[in-house]
Amino acid sequence: MTASALRKPAPKPPLLEVSGLSKSYGTQVGCRDISFAVRPGEVLGIVGESGSGKSTLLACLSGRLQPDTGSISYDMKDRGPVDILTLCEPERRRLARTDWGIVHQNPRDGLRLDVSAGGNIGERPMALGARHYGNIRTEAQDWLQKVEIDLARTDDRPRTFSGGMQQRLQIARNLVTRPRLVFMDEPTGGLDVSVQARLLDLLRGLVRELGVAAIIVTHDLAVVRLLADRLMVMQRGRVIEEGLTDQVLDDPHHPYTQLLVSSVLQV
Amino acid sequence: MSAGTTMNHSDNGYNFAYLDEQTKRMIRRSLLKALSIPGYQVPFGGREMPLAYGWGTGGIQVTAAVIGPDDWLKVIDQGADDTTNAVSIRRFFQTVADVAVTESTEVATIIQTRHRIPETPLKEGQVLVYQVPQPEPLQKIEPRETETRKMHAYAEYGAMQVTLYEDVAHFGRIAKTYDYPAIVNGRHLMSPSPIPKFDNPKMENNPAIQLFGAGREKRIYAVPPYTSVRSLDFDDHPFEVQTWKGSCALCGSTTSYLDEMITDDRGSRMFVCSDTDFCNTRQAEAASAPDDKAAGEDA
Amino acid sequence: MTIRLHAKGLTKTFTLHTQGGIVLPVFDDVELTVKAGECVCLHGPSGAGKSTLLRSLYANYKPDAGQILVKHLGQTVDLLAAEPWEVVEIRRSTIGYVSQFLRVIPRVGALNVVTEPAIANGMPAAEATAKAQELLMRLHIPQRLWSLAPATFSGGEQQRVNIARGFIVDYPVLLLDEPTASLDAANRATVVDLINEAKSRGIAIVGIFHDEEVREAVADRLFEIGNQTATRTVPAVALAEVLS
Repeated sequence: MTASALRKPAPKPPLLEVSGLSKSYGTQVGCRDISFAVRPGEVLGIVGESGSGKSTLLACLSGRLQPDTGSISYDMKDRGPVDILTLCEPERRRLARTDWGIVHQNPRDGLRLDVSAGGNIGERPMALGARHYGNIRTEAQDWLQKVEIDLARTDDRPRTFSGGMQQRLQIARNLVTRPRLVFMDEPTGGLDVSVQARLLDLLRGLVRELGVAAIIVTHDLAVVRLLADRLMVMQRGRVIEEGLTDQVLDDPHHPYTQLLVSSVLQV
Repeated sequence: MSAGTTMNHSDNGYNFAYLDEQTKRMIRRSLLKALSIPGYQVPFGGREMPLAYGWGTGGIQVTAAVIGPDDWLKVIDQGADDTTNAVSIRRFFQTVADVAVTESTEVATIIQTRHRIPETPLKEGQVLVYQVPQPEPLQKIEPRETETRKMHAYAEYGAMQVTLYEDVAHFGRIAKTYDYPAIVNGRHLMSPSPIPKFDNPKMENNPAIQLFGAGREKRIYAVPPYTSVRSLDFDDHPFEVQTWKGSCALCGSTTSYLDEMITDDRGSRMFVCSDTDFCNTRQAEAASAPDDKAAGEDA
Repeated sequence: MTIRLHAKGLTKTFTLHTQGGIVLPVFDDVELTVKAGECVCLHGPSGAGKSTLLRSLYANYKPDAGQILVKHLGQTVDLLAAEPWEVVEIRRSTIGYVSQFLRVIPRVGALNVVTEPAIANGMPAAEATAKAQELLMRLHIPQRLWSLAPATFSGGEQQRVNIARGFIVDYPVLLLDEPTASLDAANRATVVDLINEAKSRGIAIVGIFHDEEVREAVADRLFEIGNQTATRTVPAVALAEVLS
């Protein structure tokens, strides 16, 4: 066994490739010179404290914010890698509601609170042209089961749901079109610890079962420990450390990462 | 409709059809644009009219822009020619445009309407002007206009289908009975104004020009002659119009849209045609017909 | 015998920025070779860096220098130079690791915790379940616990689930961090059997075994590792002679 014999197997082409992404708000830096790639089925965690630029980064990636510089290449189903910043708005919106999912921290931002749970899930299929009520409903109920919501609540409005149920419904609403990439912004924020665990486990199972790639922004290290294959640590708009999740969390090198890891309460 | 409108047609001090010529040209340009992009809501510089918003200011401005001295004007409100709104608007145009008015759908060249499409089929050359309170069909789903404009621009109408889904989920059927959303020319989602869904099929492939004016919202849209107007539905819950068990108590029609009338304080009721011209014509024909049996049949 | 794992020039230093930037050298220029069917026991005083080395071999810790060469899918790869996704792949099929404590996943039952790595390696679910049941049975986990999440198990039970999870896949290289620490005699014996069976199937094993009895039963040689001193390799037999 010698090093000269080293050969690497060909990697899967990246699903999303970001390079040199920067975004400022006037003199205030949002995120600066971010580059990374996400491969199909890979879960990337982005951690950092409030104001570290992780939400700005997520907003740029998901097309809600226009970055100042950089490119975001996405491997589109029918046309291969495309810089999504060059897509016209309808194409980007279509991408965002078919091949992508966006799970907001606050379910109110990602759900129609006055529309029944079934209708919330059915919206994406209907937007893609589904016109058979029975099929739409069957598919919606299938997803309600997957996210562990009692089918008796199919026709109830999410306004009457608990926070955890709303978050699970939001996930179902996003995953129904089988997206290949899901963006999640603090998916467990604001939930009770017991509810968090259930949601995390559910997400973990769905991500594995569907082979969906995900980018999860959070400040909760337990979330990334459980869900993310890889981790990026952000501070003041920059990525200061990245690697496999267990490497970064168990053997942090950067002073800030060490502080972050050592600050977590052990239970 | 005639192109040549004369200034100061009558001596009452108003320009012909109330609006000044510049305003009419502005509205006509909007109308042409609306006809070019069926179902698309064209903004226009709506003027203050001598009646309150909600009483047909949009419809009046559209009528004023297209009416000429040779036109025959019919105005209906809920199908009737003799209701307050209809009478007032008809009288308004008699005053400011001195045009011939009629109650006959057959004779009229311009029909301004609130909440109905006449039962008598329209012909080429006729113009149907709708008064529209809320032109935006997506408004209840998406209150931001910046967003609804994008939804129209990109034909993102999934959310509208969601409202129909909600109806079926809660009531077992699509419960919307008026202002029933339709796709025009296979492209734009349109509010047909608060006509009963009974009238929606009449919009489809109609030989007449259909113009819609919303005064408060300052929007104009149109359906050109012979254009497809498809009411939204589901494959397994297809679009259906209202039906009645009985027939019109006055003319015996079984095919027209019927209104329920309470006739006394003891709750007696009868169903009669909402389209008064249609009903009256049939009654007259039945009276003049030598055979009584004809009364039960369609004119 | 073929070499399954070859670490060379491994150097690891911790810099504790939160403790005023203290620099802790752990080991320097370590070379370790493990052959198929061989069990090497990392040996040294507490704090010598045994766990650090074991974790480094799994690329859980990132050594400052050196190479960890393993045969993965017929090719020799350097675990320390591999891309993150490659490391995930190598860990899935080539290097197994039984940690000291089970990292409990909420709501996943013990049986599924055990079958998971096998299914990830493409084993049919029925076969994986049968194999997991056999392992749990041998490790004396009562059947009534199989469907329950190990979060509520005792430390020893959790550790046995962890061991079953490590042994369900025949990884060419298996790393064991004190697998018998909290086990009773009967279960220790089972683990010894599992290790010896794995060896006979040609699996290369690197482990930390504090229990002398277990160490003698499974280790072919000891790999001495001392705090900040040069490491050296002492054959297990020779060491046993010195101690006796």
